[in-house]
Amino acid sequence: MKQHRLEDKVAGVSRRGFLKATSAFSGALVVGFNLPEAGAKTMAKAEAKSVANAWVRVDAKGGVTLICHRSEMGQGVYTSMPMLVAEELGVPLSAVKIEMAPSAPVYINAMLGGQITGGSTSVRDAWTKLREAGASARSVLVAAAADTWKVPAGECTTANGMVMHKSGKKATYGSLVAKASTMKMPEKVALKDPKDWTIIGKQKARIDTPAKVYGKAQYGIDVKLPGMVIASLAQAPVIGGKAVKVNDAKAKAVKGVLGVVQIPDGVAVIAKDFYTAKKGRDALEIEWDNGPAAGLDMFRIEQDLRTASVGSGAIMRKDGAGDAAIAKAASKIEAEYMLPFLAHATLEPVNCTAEIKNGECHITGPIQFQQGAQFGVAAAIKMPPEKVFIHTTFLGGGYGRKLELDFQIQAAQLAQAVGKPVKLIWTREDDMKHDFYRPISLHQMTAGLDDKGAVQALHFKMTSPSVTARAFPPVVQNGKDPFMAEGSENLTYKVPNLAIENVIHDTGVRVGYWRSVSNALNAFAVESFIDEIALATKKDPVAMRMGMLAHDPRSQNVLKLATERAGWGKAPAGRALGVAQMECYGTHSAVVAEVSMTKDGPKVHKVTCVVDCGIIVHPDQALAQMESGILLGFSSGMWDEITFKDGAVEQSNFHDYPMLRMSQVPQIDVTFVQSSAAPGGLGEVGVPLVMPAIANAVAALSGKRVRKLPLMQNV
Amino acid sequence: MKLNVNGKTAQFDGDPNTPILWVLRDHLDVTSPKFGCGMALCGACTVHLDGAPIRSCSTPVSAAAGKKITTVEGLPAKLGKALQDAWIAEEVPQCGYCQTGQIMSAAALLSTNKAPSSEQIVAAMDGNVCRCGTYSRIQKAVSRAAKAAA
Repeated sequence: MKQHRLEDKVAGVSRRGFLKATSAFSGALVVGFNLPEAGAKTMAKAEAKSVANAWVRVDAKGGVTLICHRSEMGQGVYTSMPMLVAEELGVPLSAVKIEMAPSAPVYINAMLGGQITGGSTSVRDAWTKLREAGASARSVLVAAAADTWKVPAGECTTANGMVMHKSGKKATYGSLVAKASTMKMPEKVALKDPKDWTIIGKQKARIDTPAKVYGKAQYGIDVKLPGMVIASLAQAPVIGGKAVKVNDAKAKAVKGVLGVVQIPDGVAVIAKDFYTAKKGRDALEIEWDNGPAAGLDMFRIEQDLRTASVGSGAIMRKDGAGDAAIAKAASKIEAEYMLPFLAHATLEPVNCTAEIKNGECHITGPIQFQQGAQFGVAAAIKMPPEKVFIHTTFLGGGYGRKLELDFQIQAAQLAQAVGKPVKLIWTREDDMKHDFYRPISLHQMTAGLDDKGAVQALHFKMTSPSVTARAFPPVVQNGKDPFMAEGSENLTYKVPNLAIENVIHDTGVRVGYWRSVSNALNAFAVESFIDEIALATKKDPVAMRMGMLAHDPRSQNVLKLATERAGWGKAPAGRALGVAQMECYGTHSAVVAEVSMTKDGPKVHKVTCVVDCGIIVHPDQALAQMESGILLGFSSGMWDEITFKDGAVEQSNFHDYPMLRMSQVPQIDVTFVQSSAAPGGLGEVGVPLVMPAIANAVAALSGKRVRKLPLMQNV
Repeated sequence: MKLNVNGKTAQFDGDPNTPILWVLRDHLDVTSPKFGCGMALCGACTVHLDGAPIRSCSTPVSAAAGKKITTVEGLPAKLGKALQDAWIAEEVPQCGYCQTGQIMSAAALLSTNKAPSSEQIVAAMDGNVCRCGTYSRIQKAVSRAAKAAA
């Protein structure tokens, strides 16, 4: 089975790598996977008389606070994490209070090795851990009741925040707290039988919805502290450039400007409001040294990528004789695909608030990597990490952008220089031009066929910058970035000979993890190429895939269901269907796109998707995540690309980096396979397959094979 | 200058070119309108000026003299409740950042058209970007709110 690949990879190699990498910022990081109780010590507000572990706090008044240790960026962890705890604790979700977790070792994501929200891991990592946290808190409350009543604990049950005994005795959790708080949490607890679940798998209202609808939810950009000032930061036109000469006279002359501060990343203007800070910034006269990336342009980037692709790369997977088998094949099919740089473009632009006082630094903002923020800031402003505290707000979109530490460090440096709390707000243009971009990628695909046209060998060679080599260098060993092979190494098709080869090539552009990471890159190449083989050998694309998936019933099942639902072979007149399937994040999915051709190019009418992600914790939000992923993949794949000229990003705002709008949304039909398998990931699963399915439909409709994205510019 | 925000008088003495968005957010602590693009391209900052939807990121506060600024907190009670209840019932928000702006555009639509067709909903909402892609739920919520407010 391939679905645990990320876990295997990350739990083994990368986890240590992340820790090493983060410790590179600071020289020290508390390593260790603490028991849940340890987290209680880190919780600032833990009360004297309470039952507490890292995820649960029951106070003497019976108030239940559940800790959300993952960043809420739309994917619903603010509800799904508490659902896991509440199910076992025996409290209704409507009665709990949610608090965002601080940065602490107990909250490390065991699948990623840091306190990180990413990699579609939140539910998978929490699945057993958080249910056990709920169950252990419940068990001391039960033990306290049983002791008081002099009855066996086994005769007690819990519901709605109460312990009950068959004799009719009952006690609220709050009334038991004093006694329970003196008891030791058990090391082992039994978890509920799935048939007894009342929260997991049920339709529950998202806990954050009312606040978001009433305008009360606090995002990073909404933070306000007493005495706070606002900063707008001028950064070099080319990422990595530095200000060499600054004339701030005109900026300082702007009414309301409080000061001008230079930090390593640029020159900031400080004011009481953003408009004044930005106006002051626009009046700065800065001479920039644009640094080593100053000469970059797309022609050179693509040419260098192609040159790099000539060399040998790391073999990420080899089955049978690998690519050597292609030389012996009766015939050969080759194709080349390319995907562009992309910006994350979260609707909430990058921002962060920092305050330094009493020897402590408090960072409040939209943060996806709390430990990175803590240790990165500590190193940057030369404070001990234990004096840096991370407060995570709601995120107005994340997609990987808010894993990066640049903005937290900038805010901390500004707060240090100004001596007051500072909220740094980037403009949309700053955000677009100073992102960590999804890597450009070149995919050279070769298939060797026998004389009957059956696939005997596949060779996939990807040449691309490695995000991991930049962000977590120790994880990349012998030219192997495990995250670059997502979507290729875990190929579900069985072929006698297979080689997955990756060439890491640094284009000079700063790259970052972007929702679904390499799955979206590789899936476009792999699923387009499989389709090309089917068409070249005159096979039905679904039948050929089914034949290569005979060993993998879960993959076959989603493909069968999706094609049935979409009416494979029965496309309406003037329309065509295209298909794609894969496994990623432990989840199997298949997508069918229905497309017609208009004078303005292809129009996507419908996207049908069937998903097998094992047990679903929060069904309505599982659906929301799939819809969201599909539309992000669609929006970006159809229209968006980031390009460079003279080292600078050419796009600046939503007029030249368009966002999907309501009128462009196709009909979406998502179905989940009922399953009792452990949960798979979902936050990114929707992204990768929509574009290859569309490109395959375009090929079926028009004969035109689109091998480069964005599709609308290359069709 | 004197401003009317959600029916209350507020004072602003800064640069009259300051966009309404930043007067609301930085001076009056009304943070429900969001900053997304600064160029009237995304709609996250949508508020009403005398009942009409505007992009507050690109409208100077001088334009609000003598007019009423309305944010999601100040919508007429029946319409506001119908919209917010519909948004909750349809579980629209994901990250939620754009949603107050979406609701303000929907409120403007429903205050002039009590029973919009799906085409009219799309036309009225097309200027509001949702990067999470909650569009189909927004459409359902607008229809639901229209029925409830009627």
